[in-house]
Amino acid sequence: MDEFVNLKETELRLGLPGTDNVCEEKEVVSCCYNNISNKRALPSALENEIESSTRKTETSPPRKAQIVGWPPVRSYRKNNIQTKKSESDHEVQGSYVKVSMDGAPYLRKIDPSCYKGYSELLKALEVMFKFSVGEYFEREGYKGSDFVPTYEDKDGDWMLIGDVPWEMFVCTCKRLRIMKGSEARGLGCGV
Amino acid sequence: MNYFPDEVIEHVFDFVTSHKDRNAISLVCKSWYKIERYSRQRVFIGNCYATNPERLLRRFPCLKSLTLKGKPHFADFNLVPHEWGGFVQPWIEALARSRVGLEELRLKRMVVTDESLELLSRSFVNFKSLVLVSCEGFTTDGLASIAANCRHLRDLDLQENEIEDHRGQWLSCFPDTCTTLVTLNFACLEGETNLVALERLVARSPNLKSLKLNRAVPLDALARLMACAPQIVDLGVGSYENDPDSESYLKLKAAIKKCTSLRSLSGFLEAAPHCLSAFHPICHNLTSLNLSYAAEIHGSHLIKLIQHCKKLQRLWILDSIGDKGLEVVASTCKELQELRVFPSDLLGGGNTAVTEEGLVAISAGCPKLHSILYFCQQMTNAALVTVAKNCPNFIRFRLCILEPNKPDHVTSQPLDEGFGAIVKACKSLRRLSLSGLLTDQVFLYIGMYANQLEMLSIAFAGDTDKGMLYVLNGCKKMKKLEIRDSPFGDTALLADVSKYETMRSLWMSSCEVTLSGCKRLAEKAPWLNVEIINESDNNRMEQNGHEGRQKVDKLYLYRTVVGTRMDAPPFVWIL
Repeated sequence: MDEFVNLKETELRLGLPGTDNVCEEKEVVSCCYNNISNKRALPSALENEIESSTRKTETSPPRKAQIVGWPPVRSYRKNNIQTKKSESDHEVQGSYVKVSMDGAPYLRKIDPSCYKGYSELLKALEVMFKFSVGEYFEREGYKGSDFVPTYEDKDGDWMLIGDVPWEMFVCTCKRLRIMKGSEARGLGCGV
Repeated sequence: MNYFPDEVIEHVFDFVTSHKDRNAISLVCKSWYKIERYSRQRVFIGNCYATNPERLLRRFPCLKSLTLKGKPHFADFNLVPHEWGGFVQPWIEALARSRVGLEELRLKRMVVTDESLELLSRSFVNFKSLVLVSCEGFTTDGLASIAANCRHLRDLDLQENEIEDHRGQWLSCFPDTCTTLVTLNFACLEGETNLVALERLVARSPNLKSLKLNRAVPLDALARLMACAPQIVDLGVGSYENDPDSESYLKLKAAIKKCTSLRSLSGFLEAAPHCLSAFHPICHNLTSLNLSYAAEIHGSHLIKLIQHCKKLQRLWILDSIGDKGLEVVASTCKELQELRVFPSDLLGGGNTAVTEEGLVAISAGCPKLHSILYFCQQMTNAALVTVAKNCPNFIRFRLCILEPNKPDHVTSQPLDEGFGAIVKACKSLRRLSLSGLLTDQVFLYIGMYANQLEMLSIAFAGDTDKGMLYVLNGCKKMKKLEIRDSPFGDTALLADVSKYETMRSLWMSSCEVTLSGCKRLAEKAPWLNVEIINESDNNRMEQNGHEGRQKVDKLYLYRTVVGTRMDAPPFVWIL
């Protein structure tokens, strides 16, 4: 009987751990019992993974247990996608973001959350890339300079720096780009 | 039987090119067998251990092109230990000794060493074409030998291999006299690339049609390369990341516009999505688009790109496209034949993933669809029934619901009826992969209806041995059967031993087969290699008194005409 209790703890279910949807549970559990009684026990690594995740008191969705070779994706693909994912996650979590300037030979990295607001950020950029950014106007954007500071947000769109509240900017900014020249003028002239 | 002289028959055979047909021809009579074998130029060996190089050369002395496959398919998912086998070295040695005029070598899931590549490059004067897919064991030094020694090299195509990159100068090893390249694919190389050597090589290769770059080729270099090769048909963009200054970007846009022959696009390994619009002018010509490694292209940029691709026949994409994105595909890409949707979040719980709705939309919008690989969060029987009705022409249907054993999320029923509808409607189905909650019933349907099925992949499915028996008894054309984590045991395994002679291979891992069952099978069928892969304690199986009843972790059996292989590592037992 104990065996079955443990199995229940470790079975893959649809709901969050600890949710007590008794009816659903019974149905799903009975299906799984049929399968499990004929199947071998799940590999022990898998059981340990699930047990440890159900013991946590979580509000977030349970971490999916890692079964060897599942999902069936070539290891080459797994390695190449995951590295990129972790890189971009990193950038969004208020950590360092890349800053490029048109014409500069290499990029820089800054942590926007280190600054208290837009003026501090812009001053830092001006020093870093040796340029000046002009004056910001709510409607017309930046005036008085060939350079326009922009950033890429979570949706992949390029936005003018300064439009949204600072906190929102820090959370949604993925990378910065200081545009210059004709491209910048198109953006900066309140079109 | 022969009304014509041999030369005439041989000439007729020249028009018969498919392996299946040529194999059939050779069985008609002794005389045709003889004529066929001397005229055969292309040979395909689906399992390198089914035969050996000596027999190959004895039968086909005029061989020009050889295709070899090594490890079983589940090796792709780390289920086969690295040292299992599949070495190409003995093949190349034998071919070199025999002085056969080898021109093309295509390998999949094999172990290739620098030594093998060097020997290959030196042994065949007319060697033209090397295609390596999912191989491992070599470095860029091996590539340097190929570049340096193969005077007439036409194709160097490296797809998803594990290559140790020594950051050497392999690209500069192509002599200045080498102007014959048609295909150059090194997208899987991780290291830096000698851009100068690459540009010079591309500039002196007027026949170059397929160029796939690796991550280390930045956007401005891409612009210069495309300007040198406006005839390009198949392009793999490397890193698209560094924000170009406006000048480079303008050059790129101009170069792209000139590539009017471009039909296939891939890569974007690190992408600056706003630069995608540079490709919009040629999108209407594209027949193939692979964005499955472009994790940073999604949302509106992706949709905009796809909306330009009205002639697309093949699309490989990440599930971050979402159901809505798939609806755009369905309404735009009316010529679509093959779709692959890969999971972008491999740790589970992605909320931008696709569901059954995307699949239904595609099936409704794309009447020419015949191949699909679809990773999704959830599925329903109703959706599968609709898909079957919309697309009765499937040849390949591979569905992977990310959570094992997941039932129909609306009815909580197993997905037997849904897959049953697929096999019933799709009379030409050759390849099928199952997932979700499945009972023996689905296998009953498969055995009954899937008459053309050649490859079946099963995971976490079925209740009893009956399931596997339905398949073995019903699917007359079965070639490759691979099963993991399903309750099939000795009864099913041993029911019809002669069936395995008609199949290429059977894989069973984490099932219910026992050691004594496998031993009995090996005794009954000496023309099979029955391999037990046992990575844990090697001696445990023998010392344990109940060894017969011990469950076998991984079983791989295959027909062979050359008996036990000699290169098996210690953890592989061949019974």
